Amino acid sequence: MAQATLTRTVAVRRGRGRRGESLTKVLFVLPAALAMGALFGYPVVKNLVMSLQDYGLRTFFTGEAPFIGLKNYSAMVSDQLFSQAMVNTALFTIGSIAFQFGIGLALALFFRRRFPLGGLLRSLLLLPWLLPLIVSSATWRSILEQDNGILNRTLTGLNLIDQPVPWLNSPSVALIAVIGVNIWIGIPFNVTLLYSGLAEIPEELYEAGQLDGATGWRAFTHITWPNLRAVAGVLLMLGVVYTIKVLDIILGLTGGGPANATQTLATQSYERSFVDFKFGEGAALSNLLIALSFVFAIFYLRSTRRAVDE
Amino acid sequence: MTDSATRRATHTMIGIVILAVMLFPVYWMVNASLQPSGNTLTAGFLPLDPSFAGYRRALSEQGGNLVTSLIIATGTVVLSLAIAAPCAYALSQFRSRWVSIGLLAILISQMIPGIVIANALYTAYERIGLLNSIPGLILANCSNALPFAILILRSFMLSLPPSLVEAARVDGAGLFRAFVAIVLPISRNSLITAGLFSFLFSWSDFLFALTLTTKGGIRPVTLGIYQYLGTQVQNWNAVMATAVLSAIPAVVLLIAAQKYIAAGAVGGAVK
Repeated sequence: MAQATLTRTVAVRRGRGRRGESLTKVLFVLPAALAMGALFGYPVVKNLVMSLQDYGLRTFFTGEAPFIGLKNYSAMVSDQLFSQAMVNTALFTIGSIAFQFGIGLALALFFRRRFPLGGLLRSLLLLPWLLPLIVSSATWRSILEQDNGILNRTLTGLNLIDQPVPWLNSPSVALIAVIGVNIWIGIPFNVTLLYSGLAEIPEELYEAGQLDGATGWRAFTHITWPNLRAVAGVLLMLGVVYTIKVLDIILGLTGGGPANATQTLATQSYERSFVDFKFGEGAALSNLLIALSFVFAIFYLRSTRRAVDE
Repeated sequence: MTDSATRRATHTMIGIVILAVMLFPVYWMVNASLQPSGNTLTAGFLPLDPSFAGYRRALSEQGGNLVTSLIIATGTVVLSLAIAAPCAYALSQFRSRWVSIGLLAILISQMIPGIVIANALYTAYERIGLLNSIPGLILANCSNALPFAILILRSFMLSLPPSLVEAARVDGAGLFRAFVAIVLPISRNSLITAGLFSFLFSWSDFLFALTLTTKGGIRPVTLGIYQYLGTQVQNWNAVMATAVLSAIPAVVLLIAAQKYIAAGAVGGAVK
């Protein structure tokens, strides 16, 4: 009898708890939902709206931003720098990722071999990735400086070049130099992710492969790469999404110059909005960036769907 | 000595060479910061006659900016963890179709360029008076820290057995109290990881510092370095000294919290 009453009280208390509980559950998520809405939802909507408005310096005084249809987009496309910015963005993204990934994979495979201090060396390798980008930019600017930078002094000293290379001062070299710096920054991240991917491949696969004569390059193409493809896919898509929007490094190294040789969609968007105060045109450019990221995002979400479902 | 021991020693040597090449710029930053004032780019490979003139200048000109960065980064850690932890718990333990919608939203948020956020926040901040303010920058920096913190914390909390909290609930504790008393202490390591990364993201922020501040007033140290680069590259020792000071958190975190950092890099991206 007492037992039955007790059970009922607990049941009642639980029932009452459940209703209050669904409210509590909402409260767990509410702050994050509000923050995500304010920090991502609102900006996306606001950029879409602004890109259809004449949103300029005047707007900040009068509060007026008349709708002008697609004029910001036609101004964007007809700008003489637009095609160059598109090409530079593509070169910057593809060049950075190809080398970050290639070098990252080589280093990850190297560190996969067990040797003394391997783990320590591998974790110290992360340092370039953790430094503030503007710190890296400043450092590389001193290294790449034309007259007295250590790179040119070393190359001249080794008789590899006759004239100092104007790494950041010549329109024909600057983009290559900027891509080089970005590769340096991205290698550690690629090594870390690829290494963790390699670590998940069971050792038995290699032992079995060895019996079938799969060693060296054959082991790589038949065992390593097929098992690494999921991680590699995520990494490449993340690489595109992160690289396409890079702004700090370019602003710190060249500011888009010399002679606009390193302008990308991101730097152009920044300049329209925060230098020219044409927020409408800046928004149009940044919407193009979102659209491009989104194309790759679809691949990215496909390749991570497995991870999410788990 | 066996063959394999020789080979492993060779590997260690190669590894050290790789690391030396990769970290040379970091060494060069320190070396250049210890040169006497003037055009320090003529520096030799070793700071044989180290001078702290660069640091004196950096501290007097950028000391306040370093403090500003420290306050903003700490604020970002507190705010993003406070918001992320309960959300991560919900996304890992509650059964609801909203869970996958929430995860999708977080993944999509990583595709949104910072300049999009800066464009929109500038116009909003201008209206509500958050330009040139520390709270404004803390909030903006949460756009980097928050999604990452949620993903890191969730991937850990997925491994918590529901029975853990159930036990406390039977004793009459509310869901929120059980979360604070049981889930948070157990999640300490993942909270540290998420906190470290939130700090680094915010400390390294340049885009929001550049766009959401106008003249004078609040100036994080990243912006201070940028302005050095624009105006007085003659004083490389002061620029590099500021760069070294700005790199300290990254170095400290890397040495003190190695395993957390590697875990964070992998967890945030893949999970």
